[in-house]
Amino acid sequence: MGLSSFKRALWVFHVATGSCNGCDIEIVAALTPRYDVERFGIKLVGTPRHADVLLVTGPVTRPMAERLKRVYDQTPEPKAVVVVGGCGSTSGVFYDSYNVVGPVDKIVPVAAYVPGCPPRPEAIIHGVVTAVAKLEQLAGEKR
Amino acid sequence: MAETQNVYEIPIGPIHPALKEPIRFTFRVEGERIRGVDIRAGFAHRGIEFMAMKRNLIQTLYLSERICGICSISHPITITLAVERAAGIEVPPRAQYLRVIYSELERIHSHLLWAGVAAHELGFDTLLHLTWKVREQVLDLLEELSGNRIDYALPIYGGVRRDVAPEQIPKVEAMVRYYRGLLDELLDAFLRDPSVEARTRNVGILTPKEADSLCAVGPTARASGLSKDVRQDRPYLVYGELGVKAITPRDYGLEPRGDVYDKAVVRLLEVAQSLDLIETCLYEMPEGEITSFPKIPALLAFLKKAEGEGLGWHEAPRGEVIHYIRLEAGVEEPIVWKVKAPTYSNLMSWVPMFRDQEVADIPIIAASIDPCMCCMDRVHVVRDGSPGTVLKEELLRLSRAKTDRVTRHLSPVPRHGGGL
Repeated sequence: MGLSSFKRALWVFHVATGSCNGCDIEIVAALTPRYDVERFGIKLVGTPRHADVLLVTGPVTRPMAERLKRVYDQTPEPKAVVVVGGCGSTSGVFYDSYNVVGPVDKIVPVAAYVPGCPPRPEAIIHGVVTAVAKLEQLAGEKR
Repeated sequence: MAETQNVYEIPIGPIHPALKEPIRFTFRVEGERIRGVDIRAGFAHRGIEFMAMKRNLIQTLYLSERICGICSISHPITITLAVERAAGIEVPPRAQYLRVIYSELERIHSHLLWAGVAAHELGFDTLLHLTWKVREQVLDLLEELSGNRIDYALPIYGGVRRDVAPEQIPKVEAMVRYYRGLLDELLDAFLRDPSVEARTRNVGILTPKEADSLCAVGPTARASGLSKDVRQDRPYLVYGELGVKAITPRDYGLEPRGDVYDKAVVRLLEVAQSLDLIETCLYEMPEGEITSFPKIPALLAFLKKAEGEGLGWHEAPRGEVIHYIRLEAGVEEPIVWKVKAPTYSNLMSWVPMFRDQEVADIPIIAASIDPCMCCMDRVHVVRDGSPGTVLKEELLRLSRAKTDRVTRHLSPVPRHGGGL
């Protein structure tokens, strides 16, 4: 598994699976000048086929579970999933809903969790970096 | 509509880069022209109203905040207004002013957010970065006042949870000054920029008649020239004393056309209006208590005894939001809680707005009503585990059956608390 692409430009695709928008706007805030992740080469892209990392927000509602799986399959290897927010990590306040089938790790494998409701942009950046470090470590062990 | 063989369908969504939230459009296009659109919503439905029926009212308050992360002051304010009417709770004057300050701060952050997103949908990312850079200032202030950038947990039944301390007042004033100084630059960047104008003028038009008949609310309706604002039409809190007037493009010296440009005009002018309201509230705010129930257990005990129904309304950044609540004595949970978010009213205005527009304008037209799916998706049909389609008659029958089920064990509740 070649990870050289991870070293430079990390491209991120954002999947909202029924989130409340709180995490989603913090993800966009992380891209804009105050936090400016683009200086590290992290960039939000418009399709999973270009992405290295999937940022998943939301508790995964029933109709979104299948779509999330499909987006995950469309993302080329090597890939990492980062869950942003409390509801995606543990179902959070939506734990007893009839229309929530999450958390995210029930649907797709997850590399890193970013807790918080919503997490700060710094925490989101840290989550992405942690996921990448984890992937590099895994690749190192395989070699 | 003249259907020819050249009309074909483009499905977009539910996951797509134009909006961050899941929704599916099916466009019927003829070449580059959109001839019709079908919208399938419901992907963000989390069953919040149902969950509330198993939680006490304080837990419901925090649940209401998670309806939408952008309107995380509007929804709690509206549910507190509804519960206060149902239970007959007085709100101290200072708390009412504080609620206005917080909700206007939210409006500034939401409108700037929209402006940035709109610029992004136009492909003008420089402007996105500029707007979101200046937006951080109001988030800093909200963090200073509430301790959080998003999801502020400020309103509570009977008042608010945090006061504006004397040493924080200069920070609020500094923010107001900062945005006043910037406003002209923002108006320049959005309204006097030829490329923005070319992409937004006469794009996605909603005529006043259509806006009226489709019951559009908020900036979507005001951009079409309707003088429609809950703060003006049905004043609540201290908005009546503040004398809020609905802003239409006429305030900018333009005859309203209802296009995307007009929607930008209205939202940017509302930022200025919110700044004025915050400043007025800051100086006119009386001293005193910030809540009538400083102890949460006392509040819970009072709410458990309360009986009645109440309606709360509020002008959220996207338009009118309404919460209906019904309480029964001896029960901690709300018996019924119904939320009507602004996007629900605005959604159908997409149909005339998309008609005969170009495919390339889909993102900006979709974004122009500032849609919020997580606010709107209140219903999702799950039958034997698989979602199906429900027609109007069936929906009516289902909702009547539910009303029947909900009210069967209830004695008729007298309306009190006024305002209904």
